Amino acid sequence: MSVTAFLTDSTLCIGCKACEVACKEWNQLEEDGLQWTGNSYDNTGALGHSTWRHVKFVERTPAPGKGGNAPDLASWTFSSDVCKHCEVAGCLEACPTGSIVRTEFGGVFVQPDVCNGCSYCVTACPFGVIQKNEEDGRAFKCTFCYDRQLEGLIPACAKACPTESIKFGEIEALKIVAEERMQELRSRGMRDVRFYDASNTSVGGTHAMFLVRGDEEQYNLPPHPEVPTKYLKDSWQSSAFAAGLMLAGAVAAFLWPEKKNGART
Amino acid sequence: MARELEPDGSRAGIERLLSQIREQARSAGSVEGKGVAVQGAPFPHASPETGYCGLPLLKQPQWGWEIPIYFFVGGAAGAAAVVGAAANWAGADRKLVRDARLIAASGSVISGALLVADLGKPEKFLNMLRVFKWRSPMSMGAWVLAAFGASSGAAAFAQLLRGRTDSDVVRAIENVSGVSSALFGLPFSNYTGVLIGSTVIPVWNHFAKELPIHFGMSGLNSAVGLLELSGNTSPALNHLGLGAAAVETYISVRTETRHARVAAPLKRGASGWVTRAGALLSGPVPLALRASACFTSRPRSRSLRKWAALSGIAGSLLSRHGWMQAGHASAKDWRLPLEIAQPARSAQTVAPPSPPVRA
Repeated sequence: MSVTAFLTDSTLCIGCKACEVACKEWNQLEEDGLQWTGNSYDNTGALGHSTWRHVKFVERTPAPGKGGNAPDLASWTFSSDVCKHCEVAGCLEACPTGSIVRTEFGGVFVQPDVCNGCSYCVTACPFGVIQKNEEDGRAFKCTFCYDRQLEGLIPACAKACPTESIKFGEIEALKIVAEERMQELRSRGMRDVRFYDASNTSVGGTHAMFLVRGDEEQYNLPPHPEVPTKYLKDSWQSSAFAAGLMLAGAVAAFLWPEKKNGART
Repeated sequence: MARELEPDGSRAGIERLLSQIREQARSAGSVEGKGVAVQGAPFPHASPETGYCGLPLLKQPQWGWEIPIYFFVGGAAGAAAVVGAAANWAGADRKLVRDARLIAASGSVISGALLVADLGKPEKFLNMLRVFKWRSPMSMGAWVLAAFGASSGAAAFAQLLRGRTDSDVVRAIENVSGVSSALFGLPFSNYTGVLIGSTVIPVWNHFAKELPIHFGMSGLNSAVGLLELSGNTSPALNHLGLGAAAVETYISVRTETRHARVAAPLKRGASGWVTRAGALLSGPVPLALRASACFTSRPRSRSLRKWAALSGIAGSLLSRHGWMQAGHASAKDWRLPLEIAQPARSAQTVAPPSPPVRA
């Protein structure tokens, strides 16, 4: 068993949403309701407890002279979003029950029989992925198709993708694929293509990597995602300081005025 | 409709230009020429200024109404155990010690009930004690609550027993559990600041250093207030409350003077009003009342202290709610995690550019 990853290449995505459907079918996720967002053809909106793949529709102004489009015209890129399966995962660190674990494939997995729905992981994910299902009471997110990987199958989304925009494989091999693909795209004039895996932040890299065009902000990918355990040292130090202050204050208050009190009465 | 490509706008010119573009693309890999503009196309242009359709990246906290109340109750209970142990150690009057222990014990029971009620699967609350994780403030909090609940309960129970049988065993249990409830009460009173400070919610982690001090002193404020309202008049309580209110004032000045945009939910909108009202009632108001209570005659000082107690308790409740609301507002601010600057012209209501025409 190897450490695996997704590489989602937005330059190949055609926005068909087959990955969203395949994910829902395989994992038997409930429907999200039929709502028109008004944001292009994206009526999914965001990842959530019942949406583990989400195709983003990014209309953007391309750099002048690229691909035959005029600077003032929109170009369309699509990108299928998913749980990033961080190397240092905020949700996993925060989980007080040990429900969230790292699998042998490198993914981050929520054990539904252990989760008690404290929803602390929701405020610990720098990518806003994991969410509590208020009706069910537990938190859910992409399982990295742990059940399929155990059987040697590739995740449902990658299998259903008709253009191989969602690639799945061994993580180091996929990084080489990404590098080669970027060189190829650049040689064809697509100089704004970028690789995103958050490896330069406290998240320490992800098992869902992306090739996007232009600024990652347009894809709702944060430039500097931080794992919230980063703030533990400062806040526990403050906690210790506050405790010391309280203890010293209480002891001093009861020792000091006693004489005064005794003198007064 | 095709854009005018030739000065004369003739079809032949368009066809010739398309051939040129094709040849250029084949030879150079990219083209310089303009393409075809479709009038009224429903394209909301994305740009580094709009993020992804202005949709928030972060999820809002999913805690219910129980959690800010729990922050208040837990803070007061933890601090009450510390006050009770200090009073016991210094030999203060028994009523004060007894009241403090009762507040600590009942507070720990209410805290546990509130936390379990907020769980999505309340029947699985014992899973909290399945693992011990230093790096999860929620896990540490669960363990501290369990230890605090056990020791403060034992202290209160031994206290009740002592009214009937003054045996050495009961006395030993009372002393040990009194000390251990204070030991666990210290982190229990302020760990909730660590809990929300160590999250991805920008306004919370920005104040990760201030929050534990704020929550701890706010808890001390309400513990002192509850003791005073239950008829304890020891001047030590007033001095403790004075100190807590002074620290609270300092923290509120620090948050108020932080001009980073991330602090906006503490100053604007509903969350801003609630947080500011809470800060005022837990800091400057009780500070002034308690300070003047030090220099006035007894009946007048008692009335001043009663108002200071009420103000501190209300301030503690309000500020916990305010910080929770601020967390929600902060998660909705989609520009923060994407590091997109606020447009200079006006407030937060600027929507991303909408599509020019919709059919």
